[in-house]
Amino acid sequence: MRWLWIDRFVEFVSGKYAVSIKNVTTVEEALDHYLPHFPMFPPSLLIEGIAQTGGLLVSEQHGFRERVVLAKVAKALFRRPVVPGEQLRYEVHLKDQNPHGALVHATASINGQPAAEVELMFAHLDERFPDELFTAEELYQLLVLYRLFEVGRTVDGRPLPIPEIFEPFIEHRSQDSNKRSP
Amino acid sequence: MAATSEEVFQKVRAALVDALGVDEEEVTPEATMVGDLGAESIDFLDIMFKLEQSFGINIPRSELFPDDILNNPNYVQDGKVTSTGISELKKRMPYLDLSSFEQHPVVQNFVSMLTVNDLCKFIESKLAEKSAGA
Repeated sequence: MRWLWIDRFVEFVSGKYAVSIKNVTTVEEALDHYLPHFPMFPPSLLIEGIAQTGGLLVSEQHGFRERVVLAKVAKALFRRPVVPGEQLRYEVHLKDQNPHGALVHATASINGQPAAEVELMFAHLDERFPDELFTAEELYQLLVLYRLFEVGRTVDGRPLPIPEIFEPFIEHRSQDSNKRSP
Repeated sequence: MAATSEEVFQKVRAALVDALGVDEEEVTPEATMVGDLGAESIDFLDIMFKLEQSFGINIPRSELFPDDILNNPNYVQDGKVTSTGISELKKRMPYLDLSSFEQHPVVQNFVSMLTVNDLCKFIESKLAEKSAGA
């Protein structure tokens, strides 16, 4: 199973906010085990989806070079169960950041109806934790899958530039597109 | 107008209650943040964010946690802060009462000995800095 708890980004404004969506389906194993006989999306995984959205919002601020991890769930309020067939919309706002971490506020909604409110804190791993979380290529593939660079914008509305660490993979892509262009 | 010590304490207490999930009554000036209130290292990041927001100040981590002194071989020997290191700490953080730390100046004890009152004094010094700069 892949630990990807959002389907894609729909909005992303650097340093400000990000919106992602997650479609909840009956094929997800997590729904079988959380509350037997009442398939619902586990609230902990809703937090994980918000953390993935917010973590990338924070990480983008550092050219995706910092290893950003969820450090603390400061607040989590769940307003209703989320069931198969529903689409969660996570809206995550970057509230504060410093060289050691960041704070985000987020809401989850379904068709405009509130489902949850969450406040998360992220920390940047320092040299005490030497392990790599992802390779640059893995991360780039994930961001492409999430369509981050399709929807991403800078704060003044320009397309989000693709950071330097992903350049080896972009060159490959632009060569392909050159072949297709006259 | 400068915030009074009581106002600073009230806001610091609110931040600690919120960040650490402790009761208001537990947050006394003498309480140590790590030992008595159960703060872990990651909580300090949360506390800093809350205090920055609440007081409208910027708190560089190095000012509350002088890692550059505590990790400096010129000031630390065998895991203990030397007398030169203690002088440096006093210079950097004149509002801290280091008397108990001086008895057992083990580097790890530094964060453990910080009390709610120390945090309030730190905030007061930052607010004084801010009003002097304004």
